Amino acid sequence: MTPTADHLALDRAELDPALAPPFPEAALPVLRNVQLRKNVTHAIDVIQAKRARLVTEKADWQALRTAAAAIRTHALENLGAYLEEFEVRCTAAGGVVHWAADAAEARRIILELLRQEKATEVIKIKTMTSAEIQLNPFLEANGIHASETDLAEIILQLGEGEPSHIVVPALHVNRSQVREIFARRMGLPDLSDDPQALTAAARNYLRQKFLSVPVAISGANFLIAENGSVAIVESEGNGRMCLTLPRTLISIAGIEKVVPRFKDLEVLLQVLARSATGERMNPYTSLWSGVTPGDGPQRFHVILLDNGRSSILARDRERQTLRCIRCAACMNSCPVYRQTGGHAYGSVYPGPIGAILTPQLTEMHHAQSLPYASSLCGACYEVCPVKINIPEVLIDLRAKVTNQERSEAKRFFDPMYLGMRAANVLLARAWLFHLAQRLGRFGLGLFTRKDGWIHSLPSIGAKWTQTRDLRGMPQQSFHEWWAARGKEAK
Amino acid sequence: MSGSREKMLDRIRAATRPVACEPAQLDAAYAALPRPYIRAGKLDREACIQLLIERLHEYDAEVVECSPEELPSVITAQLAASGRRTIIAPPKVEIGTVIPAAWEIGGLECTFDLWDSGHGLTAGELEEAEGVLTAAFCAVADSGTIVLHHSASEGRRVLTLLPDWHVCILRASQVVETLPEYFARCPEPPRLVTWISGPSATADIEMTRIKGVHGPRFLHVVLVRDE
Repeated sequence: MTPTADHLALDRAELDPALAPPFPEAALPVLRNVQLRKNVTHAIDVIQAKRARLVTEKADWQALRTAAAAIRTHALENLGAYLEEFEVRCTAAGGVVHWAADAAEARRIILELLRQEKATEVIKIKTMTSAEIQLNPFLEANGIHASETDLAEIILQLGEGEPSHIVVPALHVNRSQVREIFARRMGLPDLSDDPQALTAAARNYLRQKFLSVPVAISGANFLIAENGSVAIVESEGNGRMCLTLPRTLISIAGIEKVVPRFKDLEVLLQVLARSATGERMNPYTSLWSGVTPGDGPQRFHVILLDNGRSSILARDRERQTLRCIRCAACMNSCPVYRQTGGHAYGSVYPGPIGAILTPQLTEMHHAQSLPYASSLCGACYEVCPVKINIPEVLIDLRAKVTNQERSEAKRFFDPMYLGMRAANVLLARAWLFHLAQRLGRFGLGLFTRKDGWIHSLPSIGAKWTQTRDLRGMPQQSFHEWWAARGKEAK
Repeated sequence: MSGSREKMLDRIRAATRPVACEPAQLDAAYAALPRPYIRAGKLDREACIQLLIERLHEYDAEVVECSPEELPSVITAQLAASGRRTIIAPPKVEIGTVIPAAWEIGGLECTFDLWDSGHGLTAGELEEAEGVLTAAFCAVADSGTIVLHHSASEGRRVLTLLPDWHVCILRASQVVETLPEYFARCPEPPRLVTWISGPSATADIEMTRIKGVHGPRFLHVVLVRDE
């Protein structure tokens, strides 16, 4: 098949948890897309191999995980105190701190700030939080163009695609697709598909923007309470450009991003780069407190975003979800993510962390299929640098989903629910149970072949026999045998 | 300042009430956090410096070693060998000790970015510069990281960003083995920090590592043996 623009256009995926289809349904198109699965598997294999090598060489890896988990847990348990300390220090250093209870409030604050700046365009450092609040389409609708500057984000923005990974968001796109997008959108018909040439094209495309656009928007990897600093971890240098060239900088951060002290980064940054990209350290890490005369933006705003986080904080077992430092090691190690890629999760946070974070951020109103999008193998827990016990949270969320379903009227049409209710009645009464056994033996006897196996059942029973055989019921139950044996002994 | 501050803080406080420390106990609880990881390195000085050089080479950075006396002539040679004639520098990289006074005679030229006194170069001038020469605060051998705290000898942040060629003068006494050893050298948290671990890079296209996306594409480290 000759690739054409149509074939190369990126798939549109719905990443709004309120609108996305359930996981099993959303996963189907990906499972049928051989090219996409190849792209995802290749990228994951490369990162996994690099990570494994660098984690093995680190003699104190488990000690670092222990310390990292303890720091993050302590910060979350005392989040109110540390957020206030951050606010005081950041303000003293010349920054302005805003508090946003939900996505709509965060968007409104950002728009207001941009209007004060009379901005028609902003440059952006990759931030999953801005994707979470769906900032770009909102700004676009209000006449402000948001230009992404991270290479992967440019690929997705120009190709009108959606992120499928939180560290390498375009890992599902291959070089010929990138070439096609850049050639078309940058007006470079002779561009080759060599990654070096594609990267150079992006560099040229962005250089003037960096030097001319006066407002930048970033996320934050960490907020430091001790001195009100913000930390950004990156590879390309687009972050440093956005953090130093514009006159105004707006950073948006989830409230959980705060850590107590500068010194905590000696732990967190050792585990982050190794877990995320399989590097001993990412090429660039920047920290700044407020504004510094003569150096970088002279107006600086931080928006602290709740958007469902404080409700997660309230639950003992789920609180650990917020320890996450967004390294993506869990999705790289996940056998489910490996097959489905990120879009199936219907959220900007895919993979195991997304499976626990997304439903909780929506306060369990959406994404109820995600806690089931796991085999509970535990690989994610094993690699997590802050020791989030993802399987434990998944199981707890499954219980919550089941409880929810139990209170809905439509449960009376759900065979699973009805079956469980019937079993509940049956198993609680011995005489009913024995009666059911006898009926079952008779009923199933009609489908049992001579070899003692049932090969096919009608109706909902077919769901079992489609993929496996069922042993026929024995002629005598253990209970019957025991009772008969007692009589013989007399 | 604005928005839902009180509402959010109330919710957070209510959510953490059973687990949060009393304000008076917060520092003690923080101090008691487990830190069982490796703090101090185990290598001797020479092995530590060799490790840093190895890491820098892995990042495709070039490393030249010299004595403090040789520094001006080494920098001149570096500049000449690169085919560049001009370089920019922050206010405190001084003529005579670092940059040879005789440069102008050889046709080489250094322009100072006097941003701290309000006479900084424009972004356009920085963009046009052939290279930049700065000092550093520290280097971490384990990860091959060069740390800038943006003092008057390290320059404001954009200085080491726009030019394509960064010559960084690092003294052997500034090299530590582990990341925690760097933090131990910071009595107060610094106001501005940039860590550089190799030249700007990306692996966003099929995980193929490409050097030089936006930051300097070439990093030269001049390691001054001052110990």
